[in-house]
Amino acid sequence: MRHFFILLKHELRMLFISPPTYIAAVLFLCLMGFLYWAILRGMVNTPSETLPTVQFFSVFWIPVFFVVPLLTMRSIAGERSIGTLDTLMTTPTSRAAVILSKFAGAYIFYMLLWVLTLGFPLLTQKLYPHASESGALLELAPLAGSFLFLATSGILFISIGIFSSSVTRSQLVAGMLSFTMLFVVIIGGQQMSNVADAGGDLSSWMVATVNYLQIFEHLDDFSRGIIDTRPFFYYASTGFLLLGLSTLVIEAKA
Amino acid sequence: METTPSIRVKDLTRQYGALTAIHKVNFSVNPGEVVGFLGPNGAGKSTTMRILSGIMSATSGSAWVDGICVAQNPHEVKRKIGYMPENNPLPDDMRVVEYLRFRARLKEVPGRQIRASVEGAMEICDLARTARRKIIGTLSKGFRQRVGIADALLGNPEVIIMDEPTIGLDPHQIQGIRKLIDNLRGKHTVILSSHILPEIERSCDRVIIINRGRIVAAGSSAELREEFLPGNRFSMVVEGAETAVASRLAERSFDATILESTALPENRSRLILRIKNEGDLGSALIQALSGHSAFTLHSLAPREPNLEEIFLAATKRSWEETIETKPKISA
Repeated sequence: MRHFFILLKHELRMLFISPPTYIAAVLFLCLMGFLYWAILRGMVNTPSETLPTVQFFSVFWIPVFFVVPLLTMRSIAGERSIGTLDTLMTTPTSRAAVILSKFAGAYIFYMLLWVLTLGFPLLTQKLYPHASESGALLELAPLAGSFLFLATSGILFISIGIFSSSVTRSQLVAGMLSFTMLFVVIIGGQQMSNVADAGGDLSSWMVATVNYLQIFEHLDDFSRGIIDTRPFFYYASTGFLLLGLSTLVIEAKA
Repeated sequence: METTPSIRVKDLTRQYGALTAIHKVNFSVNPGEVVGFLGPNGAGKSTTMRILSGIMSATSGSAWVDGICVAQNPHEVKRKIGYMPENNPLPDDMRVVEYLRFRARLKEVPGRQIRASVEGAMEICDLARTARRKIIGTLSKGFRQRVGIADALLGNPEVIIMDEPTIGLDPHQIQGIRKLIDNLRGKHTVILSSHILPEIERSCDRVIIINRGRIVAAGSSAELREEFLPGNRFSMVVEGAETAVASRLAERSFDATILESTALPENRSRLILRIKNEGDLGSALIQALSGHSAFTLHSLAPREPNLEEIFLAATKRSWEETIETKPKISA
């Protein structure tokens, strides 16, 4: 445990002194700012029943596709390719502490990025006080639900990235692998249900499985305030399974 | 307790698929010794070192560091070893002192001693004044190497393993590192690998020559000389016929063989002799070879075979041995 905190501190420090982190953060915030603006514009033209916050978080997958691979591809593959993973392994540090610290570092940064997006509604409120009179911009319940969703799904997304990074020594391969896996996890479930809707034949157990994997439905539920334990279980168990596999991988091929 | 060797390796074998990297390697190193691992590229030096430091597991056989089995208790072993890998990987965007403090924490140096331990290691490696707050990425190769060695020294481990510490350094820096290794003698057990022979010869008490995954020779360089290149060697420059020299030596009952003869200008030649006689040969040779009409002796010098020749002889012998034994194994 002591090693975990030493490594995590090191990890965060390295994140905050490296320029790519800031570049990723700026790009992320620019993109999300633009999306938020576009959503608000859309609402001006055509009144909508859903809150801007809910609409905003329903496009969470766009940044996930590029931020998660960028954030995690370097973590283990990079250390392996320059050889510092070897030097790390010669200290009395457990493999699990190495993986968990990498995960925690990336996860903290990922959540920090999302917390920064709270600036958009706050800015809007500051600049257009009359817009917030209805209280639609910063309604607490959907915000809390959405953040809870991001926090739980983040466990899975970041561990996908860490796992992809642990199986290879090339950062490029790690990035592509995590992108592909994220795509399958996020879009795959939806596509399978589309097949079902289009009259495809899914047996009953398949329907149950597909429903279980509907990430977008999870988001809908969370932002409406329905906190179900099944998604929690899904994200946390799959995430920790992947982290466990990564530990085994670096144990086998240090 | 004093009799426990620092490192003991028994029948260590490691295979990468069909390739056998090391095969039944046996050796032991006593506390305070500086031992050099010598071998051509791909001989299994790095593999042996990686197994000893617990990064990699052996296919079969066992290794003990300070009496603790590496396979059974890798964590305890890692506390006793300072390891500097080949090519000395370092993170480029940290400062030297920050990096060493981070490493000291990871190596479980107690909180109060971290500062002292880091300062001590930097002092030994001559980093304290020159490169303390420099970013590692901007350091020259020699300084990077010193940072790697300082890292291996942190926490005062009993055994220090360095994989090619002098690779890519200029002669000044090599000398600096050699002095540094001399400083460690007696306090730590040091194992270092290299394929630069004078390097090992000067800094190590004992040499282990490894070729194609097998230990082909082990001992101090004097012992190895005795084993692989016995007899006294002399190098001389004579003017005149080479055959006359040989017959003259035979006349005076020298058991001499001319190993090498190089023609020099002005009808001179440089001869390398091996003489199997005992006793004070230098003056006897000078007496025997002077005042002869067929040739004139210009210079005579004893010639100590250097490690390079021993190495070539040992690896050549191991090649022949493995070729000879191969049919027996398959039969």
